[in-house]
Amino acid sequence: MNGEPLLRIEGLQTHFFTPEGVVKAVDGVSLSVPTGRTVCVVGESGCGKSITARSVLRLVDRPGKIVGGSIQWSSSGASPVDLASLDPDGPEIRRVRGGEIGMVFQEPMASLSPMYTVGAHLSEALRLHRKMSKEQARETSIDLLRRVGIPQPERRLDSYPFQLSGGMCQRVMIAVAISCDPALLIADEPTTALDVTTQARIIDLLKDLQAQNDMAMLFITHDLGVVAEIADQVTVMYLGKVAEHGTAEQIFEDPQHPYTRALLRSIPAVRGGGTRSRLAAIRGMVPHPLHRPAGCPFRTRCDHAIPGICDTVTPEATRFEGDHVAYCHLHTEAGAATRSASGPAVVPPAPDVGSLQVGPLRVIEPVARTAAMSADGPILEVRGLTKHYPIGGGLFRVPTGAVRAVDGVDLTIFPGETMGLVGESGCGKTTLGRCVARLLDSTSGEIRYHRADGRSVDLASMRGRALQEYRRQIRVIFQDPFSSLNPRMTLQQIVGEPLRVNGLARGRELEDRVADMLSRVGLRPEYMQRYPHAFSGGERQRINIARALITRPRLVIADEPVSALDVSVRAQILNLLVDLQAEFGLTYVFISHDLSVVEHISDRVTVMYLGEVVESADTADLYRQPRHPYTEALMRAVPVPDLSRRRRRHDVEMDDGLPDPAAPPPGCRFHTRCPYTRDELCRTDHPGLRPAGDRRESSCHYADGLLLTGVDDAGTPASAR
Amino acid sequence: MLRYIGRRGLILIPTLFAISVVTFIVIQLPPGDFLSTRMAQLQSQGDGSLGAQELARLTERYGLDQPIYVQYWQWFSNIIFRGDFGDSFDYGRPVSALLAERLPLTIVLSVLTLVFIWAVSFPIGVYSAVKQYSAGDYTFTFLGYLGLAIPNFLIALVLMWLSLRYFGTSPGGIFSPEYRDAPWSLAKFGDLLSHIWIPVVIWGTAGTAANIRVLRANLLDELRKPYVIAARARGNSERWMTIKYPVRVAMNPFFSTIGWILPGLIAADAITSQVLNLNTTGPLLLQALLAQDMYLAGSVLMISAALVVIGTLISDIALAWLDPRVRLRY
Amino acid sequence: MTQQLPGAGAAPALETEPVTAVDGDDQRIAVASQWKLVWWGFKRHRLAVICGIITLFIYLVAMFAPFLAPYNAGTHNSEYTYAPPQRLHLFDDGSFSPHVNGYTLEQDPETLALTFELDENTKVPVGFLVRGDEYKLFGLITWDRHLIGPKGDNGTPMYLLGADSNGRDMLSRIIHGTTISMSIGLVGVFLSLLLGVVLGGVSGYFGGKIDNAIQRLIEFIIAIPTIPLWMALFAAVPANWGQVQRYLALTVVISLVGWVGMAREVRGKFFAVKGDEYVTAAIADGASQGRVMFRHMLPSFTSHIIANLSLSIPTIILAETALSFIGLGLQTPTVSWGVLLQEAQNIRAVSTAPWILLPGVAVVITVLAMNFFGDGLRDAADPYKN
Repeated sequence: MNGEPLLRIEGLQTHFFTPEGVVKAVDGVSLSVPTGRTVCVVGESGCGKSITARSVLRLVDRPGKIVGGSIQWSSSGASPVDLASLDPDGPEIRRVRGGEIGMVFQEPMASLSPMYTVGAHLSEALRLHRKMSKEQARETSIDLLRRVGIPQPERRLDSYPFQLSGGMCQRVMIAVAISCDPALLIADEPTTALDVTTQARIIDLLKDLQAQNDMAMLFITHDLGVVAEIADQVTVMYLGKVAEHGTAEQIFEDPQHPYTRALLRSIPAVRGGGTRSRLAAIRGMVPHPLHRPAGCPFRTRCDHAIPGICDTVTPEATRFEGDHVAYCHLHTEAGAATRSASGPAVVPPAPDVGSLQVGPLRVIEPVARTAAMSADGPILEVRGLTKHYPIGGGLFRVPTGAVRAVDGVDLTIFPGETMGLVGESGCGKTTLGRCVARLLDSTSGEIRYHRADGRSVDLASMRGRALQEYRRQIRVIFQDPFSSLNPRMTLQQIVGEPLRVNGLARGRELEDRVADMLSRVGLRPEYMQRYPHAFSGGERQRINIARALITRPRLVIADEPVSALDVSVRAQILNLLVDLQAEFGLTYVFISHDLSVVEHISDRVTVMYLGEVVESADTADLYRQPRHPYTEALMRAVPVPDLSRRRRRHDVEMDDGLPDPAAPPPGCRFHTRCPYTRDELCRTDHPGLRPAGDRRESSCHYADGLLLTGVDDAGTPASAR
Repeated sequence: MLRYIGRRGLILIPTLFAISVVTFIVIQLPPGDFLSTRMAQLQSQGDGSLGAQELARLTERYGLDQPIYVQYWQWFSNIIFRGDFGDSFDYGRPVSALLAERLPLTIVLSVLTLVFIWAVSFPIGVYSAVKQYSAGDYTFTFLGYLGLAIPNFLIALVLMWLSLRYFGTSPGGIFSPEYRDAPWSLAKFGDLLSHIWIPVVIWGTAGTAANIRVLRANLLDELRKPYVIAARARGNSERWMTIKYPVRVAMNPFFSTIGWILPGLIAADAITSQVLNLNTTGPLLLQALLAQDMYLAGSVLMISAALVVIGTLISDIALAWLDPRVRLRY
Repeated sequence: MTQQLPGAGAAPALETEPVTAVDGDDQRIAVASQWKLVWWGFKRHRLAVICGIITLFIYLVAMFAPFLAPYNAGTHNSEYTYAPPQRLHLFDDGSFSPHVNGYTLEQDPETLALTFELDENTKVPVGFLVRGDEYKLFGLITWDRHLIGPKGDNGTPMYLLGADSNGRDMLSRIIHGTTISMSIGLVGVFLSLLLGVVLGGVSGYFGGKIDNAIQRLIEFIIAIPTIPLWMALFAAVPANWGQVQRYLALTVVISLVGWVGMAREVRGKFFAVKGDEYVTAAIADGASQGRVMFRHMLPSFTSHIIANLSLSIPTIILAETALSFIGLGLQTPTVSWGVLLQEAQNIRAVSTAPWILLPGVAVVITVLAMNFFGDGLRDAADPYKN
């Protein structure tokens, strides 16, 4: 790291000139990438991290424009070039693009043209920058595909992108990006669209390639877990500005900026049991870049904001050990002066810079876990539930097969508990949830619901109006905060609709109940006349929750309720869900692909794979020691925002490809990807869910024999550090 | 690919069948058509041997004493197996002979117009999308609106009027009078070229305008796709990248527009050819309809519809050949 | 940004309080309904607004045609065959005295053809709200006042846009034609809407086999060249039918084919909205099928349907013009723009009196204005797309 870094961005300003005003998406960002190292840029959505990455290659489209700063690029001993000053369509920048700097994007499928084969994409850059002949390019392409771990590269070369899975496409994108041995690879959220096991393998691949080629990486992500896995250095961005920069150790172990610290605390971390504590959410949300607060952009959400300085003066960089830099008035001289001038009263309790405590931890009370809820008997029993979607239909529309979205699922839910339902995309968890909520008609099976008066009914066989009563008692919180609220209805109409259509309330009473519900989910009752477009994602999710709870349901099916939200807002919603559960005595089925969120909120967890339940157990037991190889693979793949628990490389050696759900493999469905597949038994015999210890079940032939490891460190939860 | 063509071809059969049914209905629809009038006339003439013979021949030929579905079958099978479309009473000749005279010019003009539409709208569409909101874009967009708003017969009228006014001749027809019956020669061919562009431009205006809009909108959508940025990030030059990636995708819907351009051309033919004095099927249809010469009118309608359906099939196959997504999904 | 919640109990802890920065202008947006947002969006298209005003003006002309036109549609003066347009002079020797010039008849010495020349010396005074032909406004009110017309009794008629072969005033006839041409668009669109919304809605809501059948039907209708089919269908209309019957028959024939576009639009929107989670949410709320359809789904595409309607009207106007032009649509004595253009079929007549092409200009202006207006409406129809 001596001498000039490979890439040095100084005071970069990229602004968007929109009719509403100038959006300063990137406003004075400085960072540098040394040769052969990985720099992660992390931040919530709208903080300008992607625009920063695109500015380097001059890929910012109109109305965006670089209005200030420099981007010094010094490859292989040549004198530095300022990329910011080049013509964005000139030959100089084109030589850099793809030749010296490779780039990988977030949506692998959409980033490849559907009109051309994988081979055509690969040879394009090779022929452009390395002046190869057609034959040479083909040979090299096959070699590249092999290097990125694509099986049968000769055949894949002639495939089209839409014939490959998302993970495969991302491997192809990486192959294209490294084809000309670039000195720097820019990866813009390369794993965000992928499942967790695929993500782990892509990260491994990137690390391998980096080691082989001595390549530097500029890695953009919103996921601090991924940062902890891959970063040498970290730049934390907030609202178009750098908040803090340092080595991975400095950022994770000794964060200096209140935003960094708050971010780290707001993440639920897989920690293998222990008590569940409240998450420390950051209040509010990231403002729109058009309304960026004056002074320090973070001050509106900061617990340590110093009036008189934070709201007027943009903080200068404060240098700590090495390259560790933070932009915060807690550390500047101006800040110190203001603080002492205005007296100690406004000073937050722990601002002493030496051993920065994490600020005042708010109400973090361990929520009592009552495991023995089973005494009352279950509230819901699902038996042998299947949902098949016919596919095919040739000339005469005769179905040629069926996608077995849910295939013989048993599930028992007890009152007052939270059942986490987890699995990768396509495992059938959402379909299962919708069948239980009777938003889909199941193909076969039973959904036995135990009413409060002790009677029980089979919801699966009910149709039409008979279901109405149960639609009040079983409610759904939807995933997408945008499409789940009718934009043409006011809050009062949306939240009041269940009351109105069920004849539960009308007029004044309805209004009162809506107002009450809104205030319980943390929204002002005055907002009743507003339309959803006036609210942000997090607020919309609160509306969604209010709508679900207004009928005073007993069972709530929360379908990925926080996956569309930013980290800081996610913590608010998770806390709210926990509070409301206690207040209303709710039972949750919590569907999520995120193992850390599921661990945080669930009492028990059910893991699904290809339409089946593979394992079900109490949360702590499951995370401490899984009894199914799939659960183990999932858990190992989760990136944890903790450097001490950085995953060993190639820990997850699982094939990317999910088998076709229309033709699931015979025997154990997981055997095609299972590292422990032993013999014929796995390949021919369907294991079925069987008891595997105290209150737990697993569908593995060798559930008892295998010694699987869960999250090894049962010790310190991340938030208590 | 072959399966796809096979499937599309199979769909063609019921479609053509449905077209024939509609045509037959159209033929049967008018109460006072030529055949009924003629039959009534013959009947009133009484037993005159000539009249009776003719009456018997017509009854036999069109199965008039049979139930309606037999009549249909008789009409349909005559077309399929003998190429016999019935007689035009107005012209007193078989419909097939009239069609053979007129159809080639219609097809030639349609194909030429299609080529004209593509040749003009492609570069303009690409330009308008790439230089969105430029002065050129605005100009072309406005001209496009104008092209859609002016009825094509009005353009024909104005062109005819201007040429009569300034050149003293009316540019009607496809040949100058002196070449009309002359044998083919280089001079006749040149004369053809000097005339043929007029109907091509008139027929093509609306299609060109519509096609520019389609291509512009498609290309604007494609230009925002991530693969465009990814291609740029590989170091392609802007011009080459635009042609190779987004334009390539935007061209596909361009091909499929043939499905609605062709019917438009047939319609333009029906309406403007009278004004332009062209020997195409359009005026034939119009005359037949005005005279209620229904076998002729129905046949022209059916042939036009069949041509459109076949044209659409060809464009679908071309699309499958060009677009791997279509090709490989079947 | 902390605030006490009335009656919130212990539920939301301080930290879960969201920051909402909506004040002033934003407050107005926050409570704006769909229609307000559509209106605000539409207002930003200046061209579309102007064209909307023009469209409105044309409809007003259609409604008050007999009053606005100087003469009734059938009023003719065979002495003035193909009289050229006169210019309306507002001032005479500096004083306000609107008048037009009279005509003199001249004979071409070579061809012996008679042509009209404007005679600068004769002045025909023109007045406003003058007495003229008697007419019935809206078919009800009998009146004889016209917005503009020649004053005095010297018998020289006023032809601001020239006269046709029978010496009928083109301006009056174009104005009278507006009524038929514009109303045929409205009636035709209404029938198409009815068919399209019902069939498209059925197709979209039930899906499956019904949808499939309707889709095949639509594809089939699209494959048949529209205008020839219209021509053929309209040829079946008996020649002895009266004006009103032909008019109705024409609208029926046009909408028999024209509904497909509407049906496709409705079906497409239906499928798009069906996939939105808020519809699933409404079902989960326990709303009945009817309520899901009419309360939750329908409002989300009414604006699109209106935009689509406004774009279909010009198509129908063009169709009527074309059909009437070739003689297979409306026929004299009905006055529509297409019927008026029949006179222009003879290219010699056009060269003698180019002004008989003027109804075509009316068509172009109307269609252009309505297309711009409809496009603006369509762009604003979905205020939530961002």
